[in-house]
Amino acid sequence: MADASPQEQPESSLISLQGIERTFLLGYSKVHALRDVNLQIQPGEYIAVMGPSGSGKSTLLNMIGLLDRPDAGTYLLEGRDITTLNLDEQAKVRSERIGFIFQSFHLVPRLTAAGNIELPLTLAGMPAGERSKRVAQALKEYGLDDRAHHRPNELSGGQRQRVAIARATILRPAVLLADEPTGNLDKATGEEVVRLLETLNAQGMTLIVVTHDQAPGARARRQIRMEDGAIVSDVKNSTGTHP
Amino acid sequence: MRIIDTFRYAAQAATGTPLRTGLLMLAMSIGVAAVVILTALGDGARRYVVDEFSAIGTNLVIVLPGRSETRGFNPANLVTSTPRDLTLDDASSLLRLPGVTRVSPILIATTEVNAAGKLREAMLLGTNDEYIDIRQLKMGMGRFLSKTEQGHGASEIVLGALIREEIFGNENPLGKTVRVGDRRLRVVGVLAAGGRGMGMTTDELLIVPAATAQAMLDTNTLFRIIVEARSRDQLEEVKARVLKMITQRHEGDEDITVITQDAVLQTFDKILGVLTLGVAGIAAISLAVAGILVMNVMLVSVTQRTAEIGLLKALGATSGAVRQMFLVEAVLLSLAGALIGICLGYLGAAVLRQLYPAFPAYPPLWAVMAGFGTAMLSGVIFGVMPARRAAGLDPIQALSKR
Repeated sequence: MADASPQEQPESSLISLQGIERTFLLGYSKVHALRDVNLQIQPGEYIAVMGPSGSGKSTLLNMIGLLDRPDAGTYLLEGRDITTLNLDEQAKVRSERIGFIFQSFHLVPRLTAAGNIELPLTLAGMPAGERSKRVAQALKEYGLDDRAHHRPNELSGGQRQRVAIARATILRPAVLLADEPTGNLDKATGEEVVRLLETLNAQGMTLIVVTHDQAPGARARRQIRMEDGAIVSDVKNSTGTHP
Repeated sequence: MRIIDTFRYAAQAATGTPLRTGLLMLAMSIGVAAVVILTALGDGARRYVVDEFSAIGTNLVIVLPGRSETRGFNPANLVTSTPRDLTLDDASSLLRLPGVTRVSPILIATTEVNAAGKLREAMLLGTNDEYIDIRQLKMGMGRFLSKTEQGHGASEIVLGALIREEIFGNENPLGKTVRVGDRRLRVVGVLAAGGRGMGMTTDELLIVPAATAQAMLDTNTLFRIIVEARSRDQLEEVKARVLKMITQRHEGDEDITVITQDAVLQTFDKILGVLTLGVAGIAAISLAVAGILVMNVMLVSVTQRTAEIGLLKALGATSGAVRQMFLVEAVLLSLAGALIGICLGYLGAAVLRQLYPAFPAYPPLWAVMAGFGTAMLSGVIFGVMPARRAAGLDPIQALSKR
């Protein structure tokens, strides 16, 4: 691992992965999706995970997002050993600390923009009055005021991803995980979305973006490159192109 | 997740696919409506028969000539193999028995009535003055048969309402003469319209004294004797006394059958009650089919909404919450279907009553409740499996489905 600075102790890290292994059974052959992954992520970091498809970057993201469990190794999130939690406790951690953004947005088609943004609050059991207040605020912040009552099929790609980002961040998670967030968008809209994510990062949210596109990856302050389930380079670009 | 939000989410999911939801509710509602309408028919039949039987009076003991029971060979049968006639004297003798309030002899035959140049076929009933009280009939005009010893003698006749209308029209028939067979009889009264009993309307009846009828028909025997007991409790005692008295009068030969109205009523009530239950059972099968349909639709729904389920989990929904959503959706669909079905069923029963006013096709409450309960139960039972499948989905695979 390149560049392991002394301040990156597991105890103080937001995310600490140690010796993470994950294998899938594909037919009769074992696929090593993650091998011996060690990673320390500090609060407020902006990380791009890059690599060819099948290199394990999505698995890493799912692991960090508690959608997947490692076969071996320990995962500490905010100093807490996550792998020992049961499914419901993990769901609670996902709800409170993690926000997901997907390439294909994953908006619920029958719900309006406001309804989609409201979903995490509903699932968390927030009373209806407070929910609508926070949704209204989020709509304003993300410039979706006039789109509140439109369904996803009435929104442009950029608007859809903005709704998805609003939904992912409405509970103010510690980590924002984005899997190819610009993959389904044209260049200009993609730029816009990346800038939005970077603004959120500037406000203190830890941002981890999986991409196989070099350009947005280069903007991140820290670039992790994966191949065959292992981290092959971990470069900190202290200056960065990002302000 | 709050319960109310679970319900709202499930309702939105259901209304999000109107066609599928509509078809499912249709299937469920047809099942429930079938239960409601079929039991309404069954119970209507039961009520109809019971009403018909009650309409002939209350606390009645009916005497029929001949034994309905098969018995083994008896040397006496060689000598007296044909039953004796039931006579007017037999009927009179019953009046003296304790616990008996009224006795009516009955003769029935079809004849022709002829008056004012018009001829009509009609049912002739020979009886006595007590008949109107036993049957609880009402007079439209004039009076009933006069009180004579068991209806001997007088050449008088009481007309049914329809007969009077067809023969006399708007004329006053009282005091006029009609010809029945080869006899001329004076009209003394007309029955009120709408009397009925034993599937027979009194509107087309000609009522004459029993002795007159016997003379007209050239017979000594009676068709029935109807005995009214003082109270329901005394029915069995009266039945036994009647049997004993007639047997005595027939030289010790038990050649009559005595039945109580209660026994007949109970038998019919029981038979038709079982019939209703059976029909309800058959209808319930369609509910089970609807339940399987619920499962099918919910399974399809789970498959179609795989990505959504993955998303919900990524957003922090527990497996329990996902399971609840899908179960609640199945239950809501069943509930809506069942409620629509009950409405349809009541509507159908109302249409039946409209078409056949005499037929009291009211769905029994137990059947409505049972239909509703079965619908809900099958919704829950068949909703569990899809809900479990939804809850068990692996979020990564669910999300990777585009």
